[in-house]
Amino acid sequence: MGAVLLLIAGGWTLYAVYWSPYTTRVAVPRDQPVPFSHKHHVSGLGLDCRFCHTTVETSAFAGIPATETCMTCHSQVWRDAPVLAPVRQSLVRNERLRWTRVNDLPDFVFFNHSIHVNKGIGCATCHGPVDQMPLMWQEQTLYMKWCLDCHREPERFLRPREEVFNMNWLPPTDQLAAGSELKARYHVNTAQLSDCSMCHR
Amino acid sequence: MKPIAQQNVTFDLAAIRARLRSSDGPRYWRSLEEVARTREFTEFLHREFPERASEWIDGLSRRHFLKLMGASLALAGLASCTRQPAEKIVPYIRQPEELLSGQPLFFATAMTLGGYATGLLVESHNGHPTKIEGNPEHPMSLGATNAFHQASLLDLYDPDRSQAVLHQGQISNWEAFLSALNDSLQTQERRKGVGLRILTETGTSPTLHAQIGGVLKKFPEARWHQYEPINCDNVHGGAQIAFGQIVAPQYRFDRARVVVALDSDFMFAHPAALRYARDFMNARRVTAGRSEMNRLYAVEPVPTVTGSNADHRLPLRMSEVTNFAIALGAELGVGRGSATNFTGVSDQRFLSAVAADLKTHRGQSIIIAGETQPPFVHALVHAMNQALGNTGTTIHYTASAESNAGNQVQSLRDLVDELKQGRVEVLLILGGNPAFNAPADFAFAEHLKGARLAIHLSSDRNETSALCHWHIPQNHYLESWSDARSYDGTASIVQPLILPLYAGRSAHELLDALLQSHPRTDYDIVRTFWQSQQRWNDFERGWRRTLHDGLVAETAFPIRQVELSLDQITRAAPRSAIGHLPSAIELSFRPDPTIWDGRFADNGWLQELPKPITKLTWDNAALIGPATAQKRAVSNGDFVELEASGRRLRVPVWITPGMADDCVTVHLGYGRTRIGRVGRRAGFDAFILRSADSFWSGLVTLNKASGRYQFATTQGHMVIDSAEREVYRAGTLADFLAHPEFVKESTRTPSAHETLFNPEAQLFDSPRWAMSIDLTTCIGCNACVLACQSENNIPVVGKAQVARGREMHWLRVDSYFSGELDRPGMNHQPVPCMHCETAPCELVCPVGATLHDHEGLNLQVYNRCVGTRYCSNNCPYKVRRFNFLQYADYHTPSLKPMRNPNVTVRWRGVMEKCTYCVQRISVARITAKNENRPIRDGEVLTACQQVCPTEAIIFGDLSDPNSRIAKLKKHPLDFSMLAELNTRPRTTYLAKLRNPNPALENVA
Repeated sequence: MGAVLLLIAGGWTLYAVYWSPYTTRVAVPRDQPVPFSHKHHVSGLGLDCRFCHTTVETSAFAGIPATETCMTCHSQVWRDAPVLAPVRQSLVRNERLRWTRVNDLPDFVFFNHSIHVNKGIGCATCHGPVDQMPLMWQEQTLYMKWCLDCHREPERFLRPREEVFNMNWLPPTDQLAAGSELKARYHVNTAQLSDCSMCHR
Repeated sequence: MKPIAQQNVTFDLAAIRARLRSSDGPRYWRSLEEVARTREFTEFLHREFPERASEWIDGLSRRHFLKLMGASLALAGLASCTRQPAEKIVPYIRQPEELLSGQPLFFATAMTLGGYATGLLVESHNGHPTKIEGNPEHPMSLGATNAFHQASLLDLYDPDRSQAVLHQGQISNWEAFLSALNDSLQTQERRKGVGLRILTETGTSPTLHAQIGGVLKKFPEARWHQYEPINCDNVHGGAQIAFGQIVAPQYRFDRARVVVALDSDFMFAHPAALRYARDFMNARRVTAGRSEMNRLYAVEPVPTVTGSNADHRLPLRMSEVTNFAIALGAELGVGRGSATNFTGVSDQRFLSAVAADLKTHRGQSIIIAGETQPPFVHALVHAMNQALGNTGTTIHYTASAESNAGNQVQSLRDLVDELKQGRVEVLLILGGNPAFNAPADFAFAEHLKGARLAIHLSSDRNETSALCHWHIPQNHYLESWSDARSYDGTASIVQPLILPLYAGRSAHELLDALLQSHPRTDYDIVRTFWQSQQRWNDFERGWRRTLHDGLVAETAFPIRQVELSLDQITRAAPRSAIGHLPSAIELSFRPDPTIWDGRFADNGWLQELPKPITKLTWDNAALIGPATAQKRAVSNGDFVELEASGRRLRVPVWITPGMADDCVTVHLGYGRTRIGRVGRRAGFDAFILRSADSFWSGLVTLNKASGRYQFATTQGHMVIDSAEREVYRAGTLADFLAHPEFVKESTRTPSAHETLFNPEAQLFDSPRWAMSIDLTTCIGCNACVLACQSENNIPVVGKAQVARGREMHWLRVDSYFSGELDRPGMNHQPVPCMHCETAPCELVCPVGATLHDHEGLNLQVYNRCVGTRYCSNNCPYKVRRFNFLQYADYHTPSLKPMRNPNVTVRWRGVMEKCTYCVQRISVARITAKNENRPIRDGEVLTACQQVCPTEAIIFGDLSDPNSRIAKLKKHPLDFSMLAELNTRPRTTYLAKLRNPNPALENVA
């Protein structure tokens, strides 16, 4: 009896650790060289995602802005803010900024931003309400189960292409019907989406 | 480590001969072991891996074992709980234009081998080159490359490359070198450079030529020498005799119906080989609407890539090839020889058949002599081609692409003489390794000490660097600016893709140091040179266009009209046939098919690449024919001692069917002593026996020596029993024309009641990826094997692991001999994963790590694989490879940026195999979907397909009836390997067609 209880307790502990923010890093803000606030830049100033993440529609990698992109504005505003010192130093000393990756997939998984964006998956679907995040954190576990939930039933999440970058978009009440219609319109081949070769190679 | 996979076997060659002659003998065989049915062969045949190949039998102390076990137990517990380590994203400071993170860029550049350039397109991910492809616009590439080009990428990232300027072996720097050089140069300038000597390899660079011109103007008494161990001296000498000037013959193999190769490996070792292989095979391919093939005769001592593709191949010693050329000349009415000089009944028959065939194809034939044949043979061949009316139709002449074409051996001899006399004060050696590869009788290494200041520019610290006062690391061609010409004269700019990784310099920068105290960068030097040429009205536009295209437009040489001097040719020819002492053995030297003259000896990809025909890896050997082996009572691995003029080489024997009798071939380039970790202790140094007089061949005595040597050959690995099952299919053109369905009719496919699968059902959706490999046009050059290795991050395992059958190449090229033991036919069959529709491997995987996707690909999912190896056990084609150890190098920093970022780097304990380059399919699929269109035919090129010089590999979508692949699959020659198993492979073959001369039908 005791052994059985111990096994159950052990199993439960492992399960809890596996799904805990300690392992998944969900909702854990990460240390960065500059405490960059998406909340301020997106909902405060109204910057579009693509102002910085320039290659999100054309490449696998969404793109992290070069120091010069930051300095387009910060050579004019907040010129002397101590918090921006690393950015200014980067330009002056010709040293690259080293950001900590927030959404990190294992090396045997190959993700492509462009195809998701072009097929109507909103930024917020995976990255959460980025416009409300003063510091960046990971919104989803990025576990394979989570990927497959959508790859098996994309109609639950698809939105019109025009709404992909809209942080305030809310799914319609008949999301399943609307999503199915979008799935057909965008030629999303669900059968193929759960092939191993979609992500692993 | 004691290799266990191979035992040395002494063959009963008489029994092997008898078995091959008998009617139940194998039609296609891979090795002597197979014909003899040795224990080793049957073991490889029936077992997935040879006995004990999967066991750890190294001497491992108990203490060490416990330590390892303890560590792995501790890690096993932790591994499942650890989180991913945090990764950094490091963006640019200024975003470079045109660079999209995650998307590769391609840049045109060129690589030289033996001085001659081939245009390349190099893939770059975030600023580091990751893959080399041919430049489709370049006339000497047409999109293809050879194995050397592919492997040059690894040279760039080689951790053992030279990294610092050395003075007397101590680390120094460029500034210290410049000041030392300037001191000497001031003296030289006063004395007009009387003691200044420059030694380069074969040069075709217009900029370098102009720079040397500048140096010789400033130092009028200075001299420029050129030497490379694999050179065109004989070709130049032949042109000199025939035409009184050095010209380069340009061949049009696409127009030739009959080709005679006199010891010429024009499809592999010629500076224009890629182009010639494509042209030759285009005139050979039987497609819809074409029912003609060209015919190739090869006369050569050792099987070469070209010879293995001949319709008729006559193995003759090098001196006999010369005799053959004279006799052929006599048959065609050229030269002073007579056909009777050449004796031997079957050979006589061969000779007359060749002559008759040539005579009926006047103006449509080519006779080509190899650079190993003496100058007068080349001259004679020019005369024969003229007599046949080929000059002007299939052959024309142009200037040579070499800046200073001449006799390199003589040039080096002059330099050595001056060194001996102590007249060389400053010696600048730009690249090359003469201390290792100069003719042995020159004793270059010894006389090099006579130079007061010797400077060596080299990419590695080799034998020559060790003897020079200064060693300057040479930049790789992917890190420096230069230019070069290809065989037809087309000039290309060599454009770098990355800043120099180490403190290297280019030859241009070093030469500039002779001209000015503050040398310019190679970019300035090359650019200024082309500016001075005034080729373009708007220089900036012309320059950018040239860099983009990868070649300088309209620089191919114009045809030169030449006058043939028959008198000179007659005078140069010997009066009688070259005799042969029956006791003597003729030794011939060849560039190694994988490491060339030794320059690639530190390249693991090339070292491990199984050599064409012999399939040896990591070694060279004394190649001898079965009859000679029998006569001398030696077998595979037995050491023999070769002796020539007092110089001796102890080297093990490898019996090679197809070698001429009484001759031995040792490939050059092995036995390097000062080299990085990879090439150390690999092979035997044939340069020891090479002298200026016996540059390509010479007489030696051969004596059996004591001891045996363990080779690592892949010839017997992954064998499929070709005696019981037909894995290779071939026929003649005549058979095919008379009976087009001969392949289909002899193929047994199971009927519906013999199988659980419905043989008629069409499995999987659109697109349905498939591959077709044409066995007629595959020349066995190995480029595909290395392209696959580079594209798919395939690790190198080392000689000991290869000997156990653990090589990791996803694509192998099987060599099959056919016919008689002494004059076999040779056949090549590339074998990637078959991507069976009803794949046997999938049924036995307990964890679903190998399974199909909806496009019909047989996938291997590394992160699911637990390493049971059941799949490999169940694969009838033996195409799966298992990571027995941690082969991929996770730790060497310089190797990380080399890898393809779109392919997983595999770890110990997982299975892997050909994926049809699924990463390339994925890129094409996403691009097409983003653009709302279907994937176009030809949009996905697999790495092996892209690199193939002869377009023997075609890949595409079967569900598109207009695709190239769909048409090929309907070709009557299409067949599946082991069709009777009903695996329904997506990779199929086109049977090989030969075009034998009816007059020689039973001679082979």
